[in-house]
Amino acid sequence: MKLLIKNGRVVDPANNLDEERDVLVDQGRIVKVGRNLNGGADQIIDAARWLVLPGLIDMHVHLREPGREDKETVESGTRAAVKGGITTLVAMPNTNPAMDTPESVQLLQARIKESAQAHVLIAGCISRSRQGRELTDLARLKRAGIVAISDDGAAVDSAPLLDRALRKAKEQKLAVLLHCEDRNVSAGGVMHLGAMSTRLGLRGISAESEYKRIQRDIQLAEKARCPVHICHVSCAESVEIIARAKKKGVRVTAETAPHYFTLTEEAVRDYDADMKMNPPLRGASDVHAVIQGLIKGTIDTIASDHAPHTINEKEIEFDRAEFGIIGLETELAVAATWLVRPGHLSWSDLVKKLSLHPARILGIDKGTLGPGKAADITIVDPAAEWVVRKEECVSKSRNTPFVGWRLQGRVMYTVVDGKVAYRQ
Amino acid sequence: MLEKAKILDQETIQRSLTRIAHEIVEKNKGVGDVCIVGIRTRGVHLANRLAASIKQIESREISVGILDITLYRDDLTLIAYQPVVHKTEIGFDITDKNVILVDDVLYSGRTIRAALDALIDLGRPKTIQLAVLIDRGHRELPIRPDYVGKNIPTAKQEMIEVRLLEIDGKDEVVLVEKDERNNGLE
Amino acid sequence: MSETTAWNKKDLLGLEYLSKEEILLILDTADSFKEVTSREIKKVPVLRGKTVVNLFYEPSTRTRVSFELAAKRLSADVINIASETSSVKKGETLIDTGRNIEALKADIIVMRHNYSGAAAILARHLGISVVNAGDGWHEHPTQALLDIFTLREKLGKIEGLNVSIVGDIAHSRVARSNIWGLTKLGARVTVCAPKMLIPPGIEEMGARATCNIEEALKNADAVNVLRMQFERDEQSAFPQQMEYYKKFGITEERLSKAKKNMIVMHPGPINRGIEISSEVADCPQSVILEQVTNGIAVRMAALFLVTQAHDRKKDETAD
Repeated sequence: MKLLIKNGRVVDPANNLDEERDVLVDQGRIVKVGRNLNGGADQIIDAARWLVLPGLIDMHVHLREPGREDKETVESGTRAAVKGGITTLVAMPNTNPAMDTPESVQLLQARIKESAQAHVLIAGCISRSRQGRELTDLARLKRAGIVAISDDGAAVDSAPLLDRALRKAKEQKLAVLLHCEDRNVSAGGVMHLGAMSTRLGLRGISAESEYKRIQRDIQLAEKARCPVHICHVSCAESVEIIARAKKKGVRVTAETAPHYFTLTEEAVRDYDADMKMNPPLRGASDVHAVIQGLIKGTIDTIASDHAPHTINEKEIEFDRAEFGIIGLETELAVAATWLVRPGHLSWSDLVKKLSLHPARILGIDKGTLGPGKAADITIVDPAAEWVVRKEECVSKSRNTPFVGWRLQGRVMYTVVDGKVAYRQ
Repeated sequence: MLEKAKILDQETIQRSLTRIAHEIVEKNKGVGDVCIVGIRTRGVHLANRLAASIKQIESREISVGILDITLYRDDLTLIAYQPVVHKTEIGFDITDKNVILVDDVLYSGRTIRAALDALIDLGRPKTIQLAVLIDRGHRELPIRPDYVGKNIPTAKQEMIEVRLLEIDGKDEVVLVEKDERNNGLE
Repeated sequence: MSETTAWNKKDLLGLEYLSKEEILLILDTADSFKEVTSREIKKVPVLRGKTVVNLFYEPSTRTRVSFELAAKRLSADVINIASETSSVKKGETLIDTGRNIEALKADIIVMRHNYSGAAAILARHLGISVVNAGDGWHEHPTQALLDIFTLREKLGKIEGLNVSIVGDIAHSRVARSNIWGLTKLGARVTVCAPKMLIPPGIEEMGARATCNIEEALKNADAVNVLRMQFERDEQSAFPQQMEYYKKFGITEERLSKAKKNMIVMHPGPINRGIEISSEVADCPQSVILEQVTNGIAVRMAALFLVTQAHDRKKDETAD
């Protein structure tokens, strides 16, 4: 089965390419990227005026399966992913059972094999049941097929435990994805601690609870000489701490999510739980710092932190609502609208944040459109505008903070392993 | 709104009030137990004028109170504008008194019904008598005035406008063509 | 009186969301209702046939009784529902409870809830009126309105007054509602508390903050003393009760150094000897019991205005 994508603007920063090219795909691999390609394709996509990008990689997704299939499944989550142009995602391990044994990992792998529409990579737990007490068997988990470790949703409070995890992860060549939060400081908070939490009478989560923990974890990483990836960076101090560490040569990478460069604590004003996530929406100066961090390269990747929840868990009192929002279907368009359109990033920069850098951090052979690579391709109409509507979500959950937003940049085709997995 | 005819002017208004004052004195055989209660807004000023006239006749101060009937209206949900609740200011006991209830125009009778309920919540008068400057007919309730300045037969789409010096800067009563949207009580 | 001001809100959620004119309209309307409450027959038929549901997720006798009396004096029928949030955990959601009450054809829900924003969430999902009787640390609009009403009655106006609020500002919905209401009417508000009980960014709401009680009382025309709830403390962060009384208690000695005739207010119930001395609580400048009386008139005004707005809206949509 041959697929030819013609006349598109191919943006492939790994090959320093941002020009009109044709892409020929055969048997799930990219055969050739060049001008005026022809030659008996079974399917031709005319991508004139469109962008042809290496398939996007989202390093931070909660698929909820196994355990909470009412919120999301591998099938529904990956369907949402390909609609958003994502061809590979990392499933976070806070499932039930949690991904802390090879058996759990195998269980999920079976589900992926049966129903995934995109590549799903698995992150295993750092600690058993993500309790922060007992290290999981990273060697066995690695053999079972995990690519990264994380206790996401929970932070690893014990420094000795994290130290051992880092050393083991280095040995096993596993990416370490760190949720940095000091719960003794953020205890019970439901939104950013500041003037807005005071106004709304809600318990605050200080920026300190995030950046102090980032600082500690970076020190541990430096000592263990193990690369770490800081998840969902939300505040200015965190960006600064990471920038300093990078300058010093520490192998630390960082991620942020679309809501941290578009929304502030102001959005919580109506007690809408679709604005509730952890870390919380911060102040305007934090949004500015996150954007600067993206521009300057302090922040390497953008991930959705897709966290589906049912309406029963969101349409309730703000304090009682679950943390988290969905984001797979909107992340590319939000980033294009808020970063590329105002000129903060070029398309090439954005492809780095959404594909190339995640591939490198995870150590997978993706994120580029070179010949011989797996044909994971995202085709985008950069001019098309669309409005986010809850009823159009393909995710099982609809807890998006972007409802009613007019976004620019629409995924037209998502190609996974040479096959069209989604078309607009 | 179209002004069709002037019905009363300053002189005829005053003459009507003077006559009503005499009738009140006559009917109540003096004003020993008489008090006057004006319905907001224009009834209040007419009440004050009546009290002044009676004082000229009888050389006695008559107690005057103010009644706000907003909370007793039966059309609160029908009216389009925001009614403002004002205070009822009746600084005397109306029990066993002959209460002269004063309003400017008597029309459907619903305002008076509300006023009667409001008064009775305040005490048990010996009698309640009704004095109005204009009776324009079209009653919807079994209510009739005891004292009338002038009877004006009107069509439904017409409206009576009473203008008083204290509020409107001049004394006159005019007949106007009704504004369609106005469905308040006159 | 503001003849031209219209009240168009079906709900009363907080003073932050009201204009100066709307606040004045409630106060003026309450003025008229106060006359009704002083009559022999303390009842008017204006809400006859309406049903008010007091939905209380937090125990509160005084606010509930005040609302109940207010509703009854307007001739409404009143149903009281007391609910424990903890037992609701697995049960019906707030919105479902609200929808059920709506289906019973109630007209107004008066809600007290331990979570901030609960009233706003309920109001957003229901067609009937919602009156916030206190939500978490957020707002307690009728309490602040009755405080302001009492102050205006005593001092004639609010504009230009210096009002100090002393106590646990961080966890106080009364403080927040008072700050909004008073500043909108042109008063200068100072909040005073131990540092840890002054929440960040309180200045952005228009209040000045200080940890020095003498400074807070200097030049104050009135002081609103908040109830100290030591039992709320989870982290043993509160200073000891006696320590608090020494540093922040409103005593005769402090009163003697303040402006002559400074009004003393308290939303109740008072803790004698913790935030206020018995002598001050009972002194001539104390208006604590008048606040309770005025609360009924203010709540009558609130119930009346939201009903009017709701019914007018209903008619508009019917046209």
